[in-house]
Amino acid sequence: MWDYLKLTVLGVTAVLAAIAANYAHDLAYMVNALVAMLAAAAAFVWVLRSADERLQTNEGEYMDGVIRAGVIATVFWGVVGFLVGVWIAFQLAFPALNLEFAQPFLNFGRLRPLHTSAVIFAFGGNALIMTSFYVVQRTSAARLWGGNLAWFVFWGYNLFIVLAATGYVLGATQSKEYAEPEWYVDLWLTVVWLAYLAVFLGTIIKRREPHIYVANWFYLSFILTVAMLHVFNNLSIPVSVFGSKSVQVFSGVQDAMVQWWYGHNAVGFFLTAGFLGMMYYFVPKQAERPVYSYKLSIIHFWALIFLYIWAGPHLLHYTALPDWAATLGMVFSIMLWMPSWGWMINGLMTLSGAWDKLRTDPIIRMMVVSIGFYGMSTFEGPMMSITAVNSLSHYTDWTIGHVHSGALGWNGMITFGALYFLVPRLWNREKLYSLAMVSWHFWLATIGIVLYASAMWVTGIMEGLMWREVDANGFLVNAFADTVSAKFPMYVVRGLGGVMYLTGGLIMAYNLWMTVRAQPARATMHSAVPAE
Amino acid sequence: MCAERVTKAKPGEVETTGHVWDGIEEFNNPLPRWWLYTFYACIAYALLYTIAYPAWPMLTRATPGLLGASTRADVVAEIARFDAALAPIKATLVAADLTAIPADAELSSYATSAGASVFRTNCATCHGSGAAGVQGKGYPNLLDDDWLWGGDMAAIHTTITHGIRNNADPDARYSMMPAFGVDGLLEEAQIGQVVEYVLQISGQDHDAALATEGAVVFSENCSSCHGEAAEGNRELGAPKLTDAIWLYGGDRAAVTTTIVNARNGVMPPWAPRLSEDEIRSVAAYVHSLGGGE
Repeated sequence: MWDYLKLTVLGVTAVLAAIAANYAHDLAYMVNALVAMLAAAAAFVWVLRSADERLQTNEGEYMDGVIRAGVIATVFWGVVGFLVGVWIAFQLAFPALNLEFAQPFLNFGRLRPLHTSAVIFAFGGNALIMTSFYVVQRTSAARLWGGNLAWFVFWGYNLFIVLAATGYVLGATQSKEYAEPEWYVDLWLTVVWLAYLAVFLGTIIKRREPHIYVANWFYLSFILTVAMLHVFNNLSIPVSVFGSKSVQVFSGVQDAMVQWWYGHNAVGFFLTAGFLGMMYYFVPKQAERPVYSYKLSIIHFWALIFLYIWAGPHLLHYTALPDWAATLGMVFSIMLWMPSWGWMINGLMTLSGAWDKLRTDPIIRMMVVSIGFYGMSTFEGPMMSITAVNSLSHYTDWTIGHVHSGALGWNGMITFGALYFLVPRLWNREKLYSLAMVSWHFWLATIGIVLYASAMWVTGIMEGLMWREVDANGFLVNAFADTVSAKFPMYVVRGLGGVMYLTGGLIMAYNLWMTVRAQPARATMHSAVPAE
Repeated sequence: MCAERVTKAKPGEVETTGHVWDGIEEFNNPLPRWWLYTFYACIAYALLYTIAYPAWPMLTRATPGLLGASTRADVVAEIARFDAALAPIKATLVAADLTAIPADAELSSYATSAGASVFRTNCATCHGSGAAGVQGKGYPNLLDDDWLWGGDMAAIHTTITHGIRNNADPDARYSMMPAFGVDGLLEEAQIGQVVEYVLQISGQDHDAALATEGAVVFSENCSSCHGEAAEGNRELGAPKLTDAIWLYGGDRAAVTTTIVNARNGVMPPWAPRLSEDEIRSVAAYVHSLGGGE
């Protein structure tokens, strides 16, 4: 019965998508409709072939297949995202790389959202979903709730990424930073995200541990808040059901405020709260040490989620935003400093009994660097939100340096650490293929980040100083193009930093591949739910 | 299954909370004092700041703050300060005879600094931040003494004020080179000949036989604008063809393209966007770059 319902829904979806492709007003919509049609048809065939088979769920075993798929997706999208990032970094240094023959598809304006979405939502998002499924099962001692719903979340989320990415290249965009996908992609993500919430929450509810582990608080706050942010920032009315274009419900400074309320909390809840969930599990596991302070974890969790949500206006200093809103954005960002550092203290002090492992374990080294960059960028952020600092840093490459020291240094490094932790366990292997390669990855990534971030700090501050330079009569001294040409050497250095980071990612992909392919299997399974 | 495997505290370590998740325990350490007090200090700073500056939204407007700070008022005041300080010299500049500006030390000093700023903001997009134009792309170099429409103060001023070949300003400088090839005014062979002639008079490699025939084509079709000796005509913005300076490139292919399709570059009028003192300033700046007459 249930299968017939699924088949009906999938069949109708495939037909509707085909009709939509036929009536499409623009290329992006047509291609996206065709992708949706193929996805629905493939799912239809799969359900048809597996219909009437008894679903084999073993409540005594963790659901690890979907996590293995998530590991593969994370590594794949990571390499893709880093590659596009390197490409657009060199496009800025050498505009000829926009490639005349590939216009308008491969220009910087279309590849840039492809890069940001690939690293944040595809790499980061798959990492968060995959690790949250792993962590919530282990710390709840329960199999994922909802049967195959977790598989729907995995495939649905990756379909969202394919729709978004093809849309960008073909010119469909809402022109809202980090919320570029158009209305139908947003609707699809909403469905997938609610399913994700159901799986996660369902697993928490049926847990067999009396308490909810701190990592799960962070994951849950990430899932809930992202759902709210996504829905409000994407309120828009399609021009036609057969076209990709839509019009925002908000306008003017209200639209800007909603966008940056979303944009900053995407950083706060997607890239911070979610990744803190990851940290709170993998750091104590890898270090084999208890978390330093339970009390600190409670206080900094509630302080962080309460304060973060108000900090968005600091992205709109010195704009049409009223002064009062800018003031609140700034002071809430400053109050956010210590709650953010709560994890840095908890993380470093957790490692404090295991410093000897730094010499022997490159995964611990990655985690330490990750915590270090976390601390640095969560200090830098409140500092940049101070209006006096912001008047220099706003619109400059300093901002780019800031987000990359956070994204490459903290989000990237902890994700790598988690991947190295997970692959031997998920594929039941004795150990990683090569620790030397992990060391290479560590040094390439670390030096790459340092090159990237320091190049951007230098250009950002130089650029800000050049923009504000006036002569005795109050006239501007530099043309915009003067600042662009002055930045050239640092743009090359930034690109080289990106090449190193990408190379590290490729080494990791090879290492993980060989771990699965060539390492001997372990005797005992890792995926059994512990008995009561 | 929890609360059984509690790590025994080593000397100097606190107890754990007693919970175990997948082998992870938690120490019951207190909040670090420095962390807590820094957090309090940040909150105190935030509260004081919101008392001093506009912050809390009320029913009709937000609290203005004790300091009465306003970024909008700051900008208005700063602009007013410079406007007041510069008003006398701007008035003098607007009243002055155009040709007298370069000779007047005070005026020219002000005008070149103001004009440089106007140029970087408005003109550099096409002419380059160094005013060297873009060679071969139709954006003229303003550093040399080769002028299409004249290089004295009055001519530059007119060009900036009204622009060239635009539909926005009826007084825009206007002329139109015919598309000799596209519109069938010249045979393909004739175009080939006149191209060789243009290469010849500009001192480049050419086919002498074709150039001789091209001289006739030139005289009948091109000389009315470019002049019999191809020295150009500033009344019509027709470029001199005997030198090595080319707006759209001077090789065989570029000259052929020019004759077949014609080139009619456009410059917008700046009177709607710049004030008279700004136009005069930027005219003086361009005049001072090296080619002013």
